[in-house]
This record gives sequence, C-alpha cells and structure tokens, in this order.
Amino acid sequence: MSLSHYYGQFINLLAAILLLLSFAMLGQRRILSLINLFMAQGAVLCASTVVVALTTGQSHLYWSALITLVLKVFLLPWILHRLIRRLNVKWDVETLINIPTTMLIGIVLVIFSFNLALPISELAGTVTRSLLGIAMACVLLAFLMMITRSKAVPQVIGFLSMENGLFFAATSATYGMPMVVELGIALDVLVGTIILGVFFFQIREKFESLDIRHLEQLKED
Amino acid sequence: MPLPIPELFSIDWPLSLVVVWLLIGGAGLLAPRNLAFVGKTLYPLGALVGLALAVVAFEALGEAPQTRVLVLGLPDLPFHLRLDSLSALFLLLLGGTSAGISIYAAGYLRSGEGTAPGLQCLEYHLFLASMALVLLADDAYAFMVAWESMAFSSFFLVTSDHRKPEIRRAGYLYLLIAHVGAIGILLSFGVLQSGGALSASNGVADYTFAHMRATDHDAFWASAAFGLAVFGFGAKAGLLPLHVWLPEAHPAAPSPVSAMMSGVMLKTAIYGILRVSFDLLHHPLWWWGVLVLALGLITALFGAVFSAVQSDMKRLLAYSSIENIGLLFVGIGLALTFRSFDMNTLAALALTAVLYHGLNHAAFKSLLFLCTGSVLHATRERSLGKLGGLIHHMPWVAWLALLGVLASAGLPPLNGFVSEWLLLQAFLFTPGLPHGYINMLIPVAAAAVALTAAIAGYAMVKFFGIVFLGQPREEKLTLAHDAGILERVGMSWLGILCILLGLFPVFVIDKLDAVTRPLLGAGLGEAVRAQGWLLLAPINADRASYEPLVFLLMIVAVVALTFLIVRRFWHGRVRRGAPWDCGFPLQTARMQDTAEGFGQPLRQVFEPFYRLTRELPTSFDKLPRYRMVVEDHFWYWLYLPVAHVADFGSRMVAFLQQGRISIYLLFSFVTLVVLLFLVRG
Amino acid sequence: MEFASAILLQVLELVLALLVAPLLTGWVNQCRAWLQNRSAPSLWLPYRQLAKLFEKEVVLAHNASGLFRAAPYFIFACMVLASAIVPTLSTDLPFGPAADVIALVGIFALARIFIALAGMDVGTSFGTLGARREMLIGFLAEPALLMVFFTASLISHSTSLSTIVETFAHREFAIHPSLAFAGVAFTMVSLAENARVPIDNPTTHLELTMIHEAMILEYSGRHLALIEWAATLKMYVYSCLGLALFFPWGIPQGALLSNLLIALPSLAVKLGVGGFLLAVIETASAKMRIFRAPEFLGTAFMMAVLGMLVHLLLETGK
Repeated sequence: MSLSHYYGQFINLLAAILLLLSFAMLGQRRILSLINLFMAQGAVLCASTVVVALTTGQSHLYWSALITLVLKVFLLPWILHRLIRRLNVKWDVETLINIPTTMLIGIVLVIFSFNLALPISELAGTVTRSLLGIAMACVLLAFLMMITRSKAVPQVIGFLSMENGLFFAATSATYGMPMVVELGIALDVLVGTIILGVFFFQIREKFESLDIRHLEQLKED
Repeated sequence: MPLPIPELFSIDWPLSLVVVWLLIGGAGLLAPRNLAFVGKTLYPLGALVGLALAVVAFEALGEAPQTRVLVLGLPDLPFHLRLDSLSALFLLLLGGTSAGISIYAAGYLRSGEGTAPGLQCLEYHLFLASMALVLLADDAYAFMVAWESMAFSSFFLVTSDHRKPEIRRAGYLYLLIAHVGAIGILLSFGVLQSGGALSASNGVADYTFAHMRATDHDAFWASAAFGLAVFGFGAKAGLLPLHVWLPEAHPAAPSPVSAMMSGVMLKTAIYGILRVSFDLLHHPLWWWGVLVLALGLITALFGAVFSAVQSDMKRLLAYSSIENIGLLFVGIGLALTFRSFDMNTLAALALTAVLYHGLNHAAFKSLLFLCTGSVLHATRERSLGKLGGLIHHMPWVAWLALLGVLASAGLPPLNGFVSEWLLLQAFLFTPGLPHGYINMLIPVAAAAVALTAAIAGYAMVKFFGIVFLGQPREEKLTLAHDAGILERVGMSWLGILCILLGLFPVFVIDKLDAVTRPLLGAGLGEAVRAQGWLLLAPINADRASYEPLVFLLMIVAVVALTFLIVRRFWHGRVRRGAPWDCGFPLQTARMQDTAEGFGQPLRQVFEPFYRLTRELPTSFDKLPRYRMVVEDHFWYWLYLPVAHVADFGSRMVAFLQQGRISIYLLFSFVTLVVLLFLVRG
Repeated sequence: MEFASAILLQVLELVLALLVAPLLTGWVNQCRAWLQNRSAPSLWLPYRQLAKLFEKEVVLAHNASGLFRAAPYFIFACMVLASAIVPTLSTDLPFGPAADVIALVGIFALARIFIALAGMDVGTSFGTLGARREMLIGFLAEPALLMVFFTASLISHSTSLSTIVETFAHREFAIHPSLAFAGVAFTMVSLAENARVPIDNPTTHLELTMIHEAMILEYSGRHLALIEWAATLKMYVYSCLGLALFFPWGIPQGALLSNLLIALPSLAVKLGVGGFLLAVIETASAKMRIFRAPEFLGTAFMMAVLGMLVHLLLETGK
C-alpha cells in the first residue's frame, strides 16, 4: 500500500469534514458559533491544500495553503469577531425555518451536485476526482445558507463559505489556479468583507437593526 | 364404486370449499333472525371451511399449476381457473385469517344491530367466496366478476348499520372508489389482452391470463398496462391518493368485517399487482419500480403520521393499515427494480419480504381490529378520549392486543419485525444497482422506511396506552366485561399466528420460496435451509443473521432468573398506596392525558401534513369547549375539485332536460342522422 | 475447546457489563462534578443506591396492572440481551448471530415501548407526559441510529456487529469519511437515548422538564432498582457500541482467553476517556426546550443519512 493511496483517503476525509461543516453551518443559529465553524472550514481547506501539494509536489500550492491559513483562519474570523463586537450582535440568535427541512433540501442538493459533477470528474482523472462533487455541494449549501438567513452577518459568512467551496474545487480538480488569480481572489474576498462591514454600519444606522428584511422598505411602492 | 378423492393439493378442493362457503351463506337465509343458528352453527362452520382452505392451500404451495374451466356465465366465455403457488399463498392467508375472524364473529354477533344476522351471514360468506375466486381466477372475465362481487358484498357489510347517515356516506365513498379502481383494472386487462394492437391480430379474444402471459408487450403498452393496474389495484389497497375511503369504511364496518377487509381484502389488491407485474408482464422497466417505491413510501409515511394523531381507535388502525400497504408497495417497488436489472436473487429477497409482511399484517391487524370490536361491545365507545384502564376489566383482550401492538410496531421477536428486517436487508443491497441516480436515492428511502416504522411504534403505544392503561376516563367503563369464549378463541388463534410467524421465519421463508421461484426464477429457500431452522440468514450468515427463538429464550431466561434472584436475595414485599398526586389531590380520571394530547408532539413536528381546525376556548366562555379536527389535505386538493368538476359537468348536461317530449325526440333524431352520416362510408 | 472458551468469554462479557455499568455511570457523574467545581460523589454511589433500592419495599399504586410490575424485568432483560450482543471483549460471540444491528435497534425499541407503557399504566399526568416525550424522542432517534448502523453495514457489507467490528479493526486500514458523519449522528443519538443533557437531565427533579424520570416516577423498591440498573446498562451498551463502531482497535478477533490481556485494559481506557468526554459535552451544553428536541434529533437523522450518502459517493465505484 503506497503512501499516496493514504493521501487520497485522507483528502477524502477532509472533503467529508468540509461537507459536514457546511451542514453544521446550515443548522447553526448562533452567530458566534457560525464564525468558529467558518474558521474550522478554513483550517480544513488549508490542510487539504497541503495534502494535495504533498501528493502532487506542486510547490505553489504551499503558498496558497499559507494564504488560506492567514486569510481564512486568522484574518477574516478576526475581522468578523471585531465586527460583531462593534455591532453588538455577538449573542444574536437567528430564527430559522425548520432545520431538518433545510437539511433535507441540502441532501437533495448534495445528490444533485454529485450527479452533475460525475461526467466532469470522470474526465479529470486526478487522484481527487470524486471531490468535485463535494466542492460543488459546498458551494450550493453555502448558497442555501445565504437564502435562509435573515441577518446580515450570517449572510456574509455564507458568502465567504461559498468562496471556500470554490477554492476547494480549484485545488482538488485542477491542482489550484495560477498564483495571480489566487492572490486576486484573496484580495477580493478581503476587500469584499471590509466593504460589507462598512455597509453593515450603514444599515444599522438607517434601521437600527441588522435584519436585512428591513431592506424591503427601500422598495418603491 | 368408490368416489375418486382428489389429491389434497388439487384445485378441486378450494373450489368445493368455496361452494361450501356459498352454501353456508345461503343457509343463513333459512332463518335470518335466528341468532343461535346463525351465530353458533353457521359461522363456526365457516371457520372450519377457512381452516380447511388453509390446509389445502398449504399443500398446494410448490405444486405445479393446475387449471380448470367452469362453464359458467356467458356463452363462449367460460370461467378459467388456475391454482398456482402465488394463488395458493394468498388462499392460505385468506383461509388462515378467516378461520380466526369467523369464529370470533360467531361470538360477536348480537341481535338488533342493523342487518339481520342471517342476511349478514350470506354477505359475509359471499365476501369470503368471492375473495377466493379472485385469487383463483385465470381470465379477466372471471376475475372481474369475482372482484365486483367482492366489492358489492363488502359494501353491504360495511353498511350493515345502514340507519346511520355517516355509515351510508362511508359506504358510498367506498363503492365509488372501488369502481373507479375497477375501471383501471378492466382497462389494464384490455391492454394486456391486445398487447397494444387494437385489432387482435391472432383472432383470440378469450381474455385468459394464459394468453396475456404469452403476448409480448412493447415497452409503451406494457407501461400503460402496468400504470393502469397500479391505479386500479392501488385504489383497492388504499394507495395514496386513493386512500380516502379506507379511514371511513373501516370504522363504519362491524369489527370482524373491518378485520377481514384490512387483513385480507387489501391483500387481494397486492395479489393483483403481483400477478400483473411479475406474472403477466415479463420485463419490468426500472422506472416502474422507482414509481411504485416512491408511491409506497409516501403512502407509508402518510399513513403512519396520520395514525398517530387519530382519536378514534378504528380510524387509528385504518391509517396504520394504509402505512402497512405503503410498506408492501415499497417492497414491490424494490423487487421490480432489482428484477429490471436481472438481479433475481435480490428481487426474491424483496418479494419474500413483501409476501411475509402480507401474512404478518393479516395476522396482527385482524387481531387488533377484533380487539377493538370487543372493546366496542363492552363499552359502546370508539373514541379514545372516553376509554382507558380496560386492562383491569378485559385482561384477555388487553394482553392479546398487546401482542398485536408489539407485532404491529415491528418489534422482535414477533412477526412484524421479521418482514421489516427482510425489507431493510433488501435495501442494503441497492448500492449494487448499476444505475447512477437510483443506487444513491434508494438507500435514502431506507431512512424513510425506518422513520415510518418508528412512527408506527408511536401510534401503537398511543393505541394501547390510551385504551387499556391508565384510569378509566368514564364511569361506565368499570362495568366493561371481557370478551366471550368464542371471541377469545378467534383472537388467540390470530395471536398464535403472530407468534409462530415471528419465531419460525426459516420455515415460512422456505415455503415462500415456492412462490418466488416461478415468478423470478430465484428464491431464498436454499440459502435459509442451509443454516438450519434456528438461524435466519437470507444471504449468508456473515452478512446478516437473526435467531428469533434464541432471542426470545434469552429474554425469558433473563426475566425468570432476575425474578428468582431478586426474590431469593431480597424480598417480594409490596405495599399498595395512592399514586403521587404532586400535591394536588383534586384530580379525576378525566384529567389524564388525552389521545389528542398524546399525539400533540407529532402533530407539531409534522404540522404541514395535516389540515388542522382548532377551536380554543376563551377565558370568558360559560361552557368552554376545545375542538380539534385533523383532516386530510387530499380531500381539499384533489377530491373536492374533482367533485366540483363532476357537479358542474352534470349541471351542464342537465340543460338537456327540457321536459318536452318533442325535444327529446329531436335529440334522438339528430343522433340518428349523425350516426348514419358517419357510417355511410 | 474453541467453543468452550467462546462461551466463557460470552458469559464473562455479560457479567462484566452487569458489574461495570453502574461504575461507568458513577465515573461520568464524578467527572461532571469535577468539571462543574462541585465535590464529587463517590464512584461507588450507584452500587449503594441499587443495594438500597433492592432492600426497600415496593409501593405500588392502587390501580397498577400486571404490565406495570412485569415491565422492569423486561426492560432489564432487553438491556442484558443488548449487552450480550455488542462485542467488547471478543468479536466471536456465541450470541452474536442471534441479533444483528437491526435487531439491536429492535431491542432498544422494545425496551422503550415497555417503559413508555409502564409510564402510562398508573394514569397520572406525569407518567403519560413522560411516555409521550420518550416516544417523541424515540421515533426520531431510532431511525437515526439505524442509519448510523447502515453506514457501517454498507462499508463492511454486513449487518452483523461482529463482522462490522472485524472489518474495521482487523482488515486493511482505510479511512472512511462517512464514519465522521455517522459518528456525529451517533453521539447526538446516544445523548438523547440515555437521557443526557441537551435533551434530558439525568439529575433533574423538576417535573416539567424531565422525560425519563417522569415515566418512572411511580416506581419504587426493586422495580426502580432494575430500571436504574437497566439505564446504566443502556449507557454502557451505547458506549461500547460507539467504541466498537468508531474505535474498534483493541477488540480481539478470536475466542482466546489470553486475548483478555489486551481487551480488558483497552476497554477500560476507552470507556474512561469516553465517559470523561460525555461529561465534557454535558457540562458544555445547556438543556434544550422539549420542542427543540425533534430538531436536534432530526439533525442527527439527516447527518446519519448524509453519512450513508457520503459513503456511496466517495467510497464506492473506484
């Protein structure tokens, strides 16, 4: 049994944990736990990138793992923590529609994305070919999470988690994007978060709440 | 010259037994009001015939099919009859169950309840005989005649108490849906006969099953026949969305009739669907299986969820029957799916689970319906909210009901568990299916089956706990008396069947092998025989095994040992006292948790399933009233719109009714002219 | 010889389960007390309580039926049977073939139905309330547990516990991501099934929040002792099940008595760590409202289903 075989299994495990975390985020009410889950997702992503790098020997993947670590495990969660402290929504609890139902939809999405990814991953022929489905499922689940939330901060976390899914797809299916693209995306995410942070303060000043359902009032009747 | 007595497995035996049933029924008319004659002579005789039928059918299992042609009915359309293993198995089910129910009915009959006993005896035995004929029929004509007489006789039995309007309404609904279903079956046979070619090319128009079997159907027409059969037999079985008659008709009928309908009549529909899809059609398409599986799953979940919130004990059981029918269809769907991919051993596993569950359901559901009959007689109450504490006054009924409840909840070591076990085992093989989507979706379906079984447990605890345990919720319940001796015999017979079917699965599966082998070319007989009669291992012992007898012995041994040890080392002292009242002594038995209360958590979890109407009292009400009605969405989404359309259509037609003869004559004249014009070429 | 030692091991395993089960409960209570900065009760407290209860006479409600008196024995027998099936000391158990994982779920369901019916028997409000809540938890926990087992069965192509454990412990090592899902689901289910904190509080005596305690409120004396013992056995069986499914290393394959040298210490260590983790979970979480329970268990159910899916997606067809 070669070592690379275990790498393959290990990366499968990491992919499953990524999916597990996506589902956990889908069913989590508290904002604080949501940020912690996001952090864990970043860590898993970083680990999976390192494993792919070890398997394939592509050195630029180490760099993207480092960027992931810095950005998603330290910087973004720090910004988010700061944000919710400043906004004073640390203990906010979201009212969710029936978590099991949401998860059931999630399960359907997983099956759907796997069948969608099946023909593509057969073409891919890399060690990690069944991972594309999981990556796609993560993206769709994050999307679902954004749909079901009514508070602003969880929506941003959903957005960030969606980017995680995309990143995972990139590393697993094509061994990462060119460095320039990756750096660009990282910068985008960072800037996006900061802009959204500013945006939150504006929303709260306007409506005295972060509930984005208030945005409906902006509509002209 | 000695009379030539046919072999025990010959088709002549069931035929003559059917005739005896008809004779017994006819004898009821000799003295329609003589309760002693009808009750103490005719019904026990009918039970004996049932037992004989069971023995004969048992002997016929595994024998070569035999046919007979009876020159009855229309010229050139004789009745073709055939006894093969599939028919024999369902005849066995009919005979065995009806033996228990008939002997119970002998004790159950009272004077002054609707239809005269003698007439009821005729209807009842006609019902039994026509069910037997349905199972023996070998051509569409005989089948439909038997099927319709089954529907009619059961309709009259349901409306025995025809003075009550809600019972007439239930009977009408039942008859209506039975006939809508019958149309489906008739059309299905038509398609099967012609094989899609509208002009019967080979000139044979005999509508025999043998002809249908020999015809090669192309995919489209086979699918059409299959779909019509699912619709038609589904209506009889209570498959969603054609289930609405079931929770109405079962409570309306006298309890032995409910038991017969739920235990046996629903199985004739299962027989029909098996006959069409495995015997008359040869190559199922994979989506048939998935369709039936999905329908079955929805039905099962729906039935379970609804049975848990009922507050009428017979309705609760009726919904539970819907759930079990759903499970049977799930198994059929699974078997069809395996069959379509030529995985015949696995198809045999799923089909065995179906047949086994059919037998089990006949035993435990009939038992439970009979128990409700005794409760009904003793208390005159069907509403769960007015029962309670009957275990003290009706110990026989209570303990037998407990047996039925445990079997129905699918608990080891009783029979319900074995068939659910087999079904779940079949599910565990689905990842081997060579198809991308369904090998992923079907294991998920197993989750729904497990959920259904667990909810069924909830409903059964509710049924038993509310009816038999606790304190009597009404004064008069303390006067309740236990069932009579004949009723006890009938119920005990079914209870024993529950236990035997649960404890000796190897023996049963070995017999079921005779049914699956002609249909699928595979069976589990050899595999289970190889392990000996104690260990049930349908595929191999490493993969899965279950030893019900060891299981039971172990529990009994531990119970006995614990009891002895506790008595030996400590003591058996008991002091009677009042239960703890939580410091609030003014409690009455009416303050106990109600049936609505027990179902409330489930009602909350599955709220979108129900259509709820709730009337809550306010604090200013002089006479506070709480009313809770749980209804079925289908009634409003499907039936009422259809009824409105039908109503509208008939009102349109009513324009024709002008009341003047000359206008009617004009209609006839125009029709004649148009027809003449059309046929002129 | 082989068979005799197998029987011996089986008996040993049973006796061990009966004896150690209260100790495990005592250990969890002790850990909980430490973590919550309380002074810990003695490790032997559960034993003393059992002895005390067996001594006391039974006070039976006036209208208690035979079912009420028989139920404790049945519940106890179910749990004993369950502990005889779960492999702890050896995978080669003579009782193993009697019941596979589906039947094991059936045993738990049987015990649950008996305890719920017994709760309804006297007809007090609390008994029925407890029974209703227990069934509410049961109807979701049962299929979730079954799906956890199904995930393991799909991996090992068997529903027999012995074969499952053998596959995990003694075949070629492989990482099964699906077991991560199954593990999460199993943890959630076992918390609910053993009346632990997010769902029920084993030490509560506030009537409105209790589930298990409400059902057995009318029991006393030897009946209560048997039920309490059965509850500790249930926790032991669940712990051993979790260990057998997710950490099977150390359960020897053959029926050799010398294997006990490995099996016993590894079991002790694993149970100790497991009990401590349980105490940590209980301390770190707060009890839920009763109507959050279906959501919690529904999540567990979905997790278990996902585990099965992940197995089908990631681990097959290579």
